[in-house]
Amino acid sequence: MNHKFLPHTNEDIQQMLDRIGIKDLNGLYAEVPESIRFKGDYDLPEAMSELEIRAFFEKLGQKNSLLTCFAGGGVYDHYAPSVIPNLLSRSEFLTSYTPYQAEISQGTLHYIFEFQSMIAELTGMDIANASMYEGTTATAEAMMAAFHNSKKADTVLYSETLSENIIGVLKTYAHFHGVTLRPVKAEEGVTSHEELKKQVEAGGVAGVIVQQPNRYGIIEDFTGFADTCHDKKALFIVNSVASDLALLKTPGEWGADLAVGDIQSLGLPMAFGGPYAGYMCSTEKLMRKLPGRIVGKTCDSRGQRVFVLTLQAREQHIRRQKATSNICSNQSLMALYATIYMSIMGKEGMKEVAQTSYDAAHYLCEQLTATEKAKLVYDKPFFNEFLVQMKERDAFFDKAVRNGILPGIKVDDDRLLIAVTEKRTKEEIDTLVGLL
Amino acid sequence: MNNKLYGNLIFELSHPGRRAYSLPENRFGHHPLPDACRRAKDAELPECDEMTVVRHYTNHSENNFGVDNGFYPLGSCTMKYNPVINEEISSLKAFTDLHPQQPVETVQGALEVEYNIQRALASITGMADVTLNPYAGAHGELTGLMIITSYHQQRGDTKRTKVIVPDSAHGTNPASAAVCGLEVVEVKSTPEGLVDVNDLRPLLGDDIAGMMMTNPNTLGLFEKDIPEIAKLVHDCGGLLYYDGANLNPLLGAARPGDMGFDVIHLNLHKTFSTPHGGGGPGSGPVGVCEKLIPFLPKPHVIKTKEGFAIEDCRLTEEYSTADNRIGGYLGNFLIILRAYTYILSLGRNHIKEVGPLATLNANYIKECLKDDYELPIDTLCKHEFVFDGLKDKSTGVTTMDVAKRLLDYGYHAPTIYFPLLFHEAMMIEPTESESKDTIDGFIKTMHVIAKEARETPELVKEAPHSTPIGRVDDVLAAKHPILTYRQLIHDMESEE
Amino acid sequence: MAKVIEGLYYSESHEFVKVAGNTGYIGITDYAQHALGNIVYVDMPEVDDEVEVNEDFGAIESVKAASDLKSPVSGKVIEVNEALEDEPGLLNKDAFGNWIIKVELSDTSELKDLMDAKAYEEFCAK
Repeated sequence: MNHKFLPHTNEDIQQMLDRIGIKDLNGLYAEVPESIRFKGDYDLPEAMSELEIRAFFEKLGQKNSLLTCFAGGGVYDHYAPSVIPNLLSRSEFLTSYTPYQAEISQGTLHYIFEFQSMIAELTGMDIANASMYEGTTATAEAMMAAFHNSKKADTVLYSETLSENIIGVLKTYAHFHGVTLRPVKAEEGVTSHEELKKQVEAGGVAGVIVQQPNRYGIIEDFTGFADTCHDKKALFIVNSVASDLALLKTPGEWGADLAVGDIQSLGLPMAFGGPYAGYMCSTEKLMRKLPGRIVGKTCDSRGQRVFVLTLQAREQHIRRQKATSNICSNQSLMALYATIYMSIMGKEGMKEVAQTSYDAAHYLCEQLTATEKAKLVYDKPFFNEFLVQMKERDAFFDKAVRNGILPGIKVDDDRLLIAVTEKRTKEEIDTLVGLL
Repeated sequence: MNNKLYGNLIFELSHPGRRAYSLPENRFGHHPLPDACRRAKDAELPECDEMTVVRHYTNHSENNFGVDNGFYPLGSCTMKYNPVINEEISSLKAFTDLHPQQPVETVQGALEVEYNIQRALASITGMADVTLNPYAGAHGELTGLMIITSYHQQRGDTKRTKVIVPDSAHGTNPASAAVCGLEVVEVKSTPEGLVDVNDLRPLLGDDIAGMMMTNPNTLGLFEKDIPEIAKLVHDCGGLLYYDGANLNPLLGAARPGDMGFDVIHLNLHKTFSTPHGGGGPGSGPVGVCEKLIPFLPKPHVIKTKEGFAIEDCRLTEEYSTADNRIGGYLGNFLIILRAYTYILSLGRNHIKEVGPLATLNANYIKECLKDDYELPIDTLCKHEFVFDGLKDKSTGVTTMDVAKRLLDYGYHAPTIYFPLLFHEAMMIEPTESESKDTIDGFIKTMHVIAKEARETPELVKEAPHSTPIGRVDDVLAAKHPILTYRQLIHDMESEE
Repeated sequence: MAKVIEGLYYSESHEFVKVAGNTGYIGITDYAQHALGNIVYVDMPEVDDEVEVNEDFGAIESVKAASDLKSPVSGKVIEVNEALEDEPGLLNKDAFGNWIIKVELSDTSELKDLMDAKAYEEFCAK
């Protein structure tokens, strides 16, 4: 044995075996039936040195193309301050476990409390949990929370204007969990309040899920939605893009009972899909229906203000099959990422990012539609993402990719969903328009 | 140690007018957001300068304890070394700056990583194929149970709504089963700490979807009757699920696929060295046997003649096995990348040394400490074992006290009060990363604490003494929940 | 030793009912509060909700445990003990003195399936 991750020398091994009273390492598996002992070889390469590993991944990395990103669909290319990766790499954060031992985990517990506070501010909700895996599963957890909150109703409604991958995840969870999941029709790219009313008033509805901005980037008008839900004791659930909430009317202001979404937009790397983190907020009344970890304030034996994991009686390690959810982790490190991001950007920077993204998207939209080769599909207010129709969509898309630009996400046969963030320069935008 | 000048909460360092960011000038012209779409009041986020933010979080970190700080014998959590090279590779721009919806021809390198680790994990576990999509162990459990349920449903075998879970199982097992809509049936353990095959037999019938097992189990014991259990479960038409929380000791020794498991999940943050990050992100890949491949969630990476490709969902009105998405994209890619780096660092041969060395360390600690600590099941253990508190119960010193006293000596505590089979459970898992010197130091300290418990029990009962804070008031936190800074301010004002 | 009071009806899941005419006062026993430890939250139904015998009507949480409340009788909730919302610890102080819900009994014959003080005391001693 001779590997940098394995400290045992042959003498160590011999001394330890002697102490245990066993002849060789094989003897440690004496009770494992011979028939299931693994005696072959794993189908893996030989060990690589660090230099070889670097070379290997450099070569793999070259098979990816780094494109100037105008794609969104829930994942946005925002600017990340250099402070964040630097602080995140501190191994006291990186290599610690869930903060069960509060006496030596105040770092984690403090920043989770800060995270909860900031997310509650951003969403305009009373409280937030310590984070979820990501946005789609957070939405599914909200669906189940609504289902359990209601004693009799078993139906959850979702607007057709939810992103496709969120709908996909909801359908999977609903199928197995026994939730009846029904769509609410969209008209002109937004949720139909009429249709929603009709379905809620028919009864049996435990919750209603909408998205802001919606799958087309449109800012929807939810006036009256919360009342429609609350009249029939259904929970109103709003999924939002976290960074946009610096300016947008909040889920709290719309009267949401639960607010969920992804925090990737808070400067997290796009990272080919993860890790991100989700958030989940509620009114004070529904505090104990939230899944996942929650950190609260308390005091210690020396009378100091300290923080600790709390409301644990909701959780799987205590309630087992009666838990509100099976979730036992939070995305702590990504929550720290977002917390430092919000501390760096602060009250003003968060608004500036949102406004610049908004302006840049509207500028691009104006330039594209002025060519008359692209047309805005829905004439509705949008934030930093919009849907256009273009005859030559595929040719344009391929040309852009050849020029190092990811021009958006293809939708249907002739549409393109385009997102712009504060990271895009005027030159990049003009180049994209020039390709049309 | 923590410098109090920089405040306990970032909000307390905020001053209107300060900023820690810089952005380019907005050159896009002003486009006003309609008032009806705008929030009425700003979010009360902090306003600080950059150095204040850096010092604040640096000070936070100094109140934490990670694997890089010291020995972390946290049972069931496999707190092994998290190699630094993993971090370097996972921060390469060629991987971090990819949008998940880029055309496949522009992400061939990323897909190759995913495909290769699917194959590597399949080989290590003896399964036919693997999905990397689940975001954590619990998410993997849920995914695995969904696969089992789908398999029965597809065959029209809809009576199978129950899943058997041992009484020693992690709480997540029954919770995942419940989320999947399955009813939990508990099977008892024998006095030797293994699944009681005689108790299992009468539970098996045509209503059983499957059985979940952790092997080695949560007591650190290998379920040696596994061939018989697999046969019994399969004979009744059920499928066998492997909770991979304790896979580490089996690296180089045995594979779940060879034991008869049909579905497994792995915790890349345990066995495959990715950092725990204070509670996440993790990654919980799920492996399946041949007949269950069609039930793997989408999207899924495959290899074709033209290169790597993604099998994606067809969006249908109703749920279908062809449209079974469990998350946004292809899992926690950067975590997967770290695990792949780890596997390549160890390679085919050294990875086989992991299990035996982890097992050696655990048995060595157990043998050295069983004179002072109560060992309820005195047998060969695998990667971890469970003490039932101090042997001498007359001192009144509890497992909690011993755990807290360990913090004073610079060790993380073991997992305590789990499994529920013993009142004073103390679960110790050293992992293969720890040298004999470190382990001898820990053993010595545990003996010192046992001596303190006999001679100066109050010293142990009041521990910890040297940590930044003392024992916390859990009851106050739960009785009077204060979960945000806004609530904290409100509470202080109402007290005045 | 946990306290048991004469004249009440007891369930195996450690709830009691005190009957006065057609009204039942449902709470948890001293044994139950002892087993749970420091109670931090009581989840109660709303007035006018129907409760059914042996069905969950709420839950009790302590710091390290949680337990569902099972109704020993069927009926309609006519009052919930709002004092427990602010001070759930009252159950630790005096479990029998603090009922959780007040129910209009719909079937008094269900009472005969419950234990009396003596039977419950023996049940707890097992």
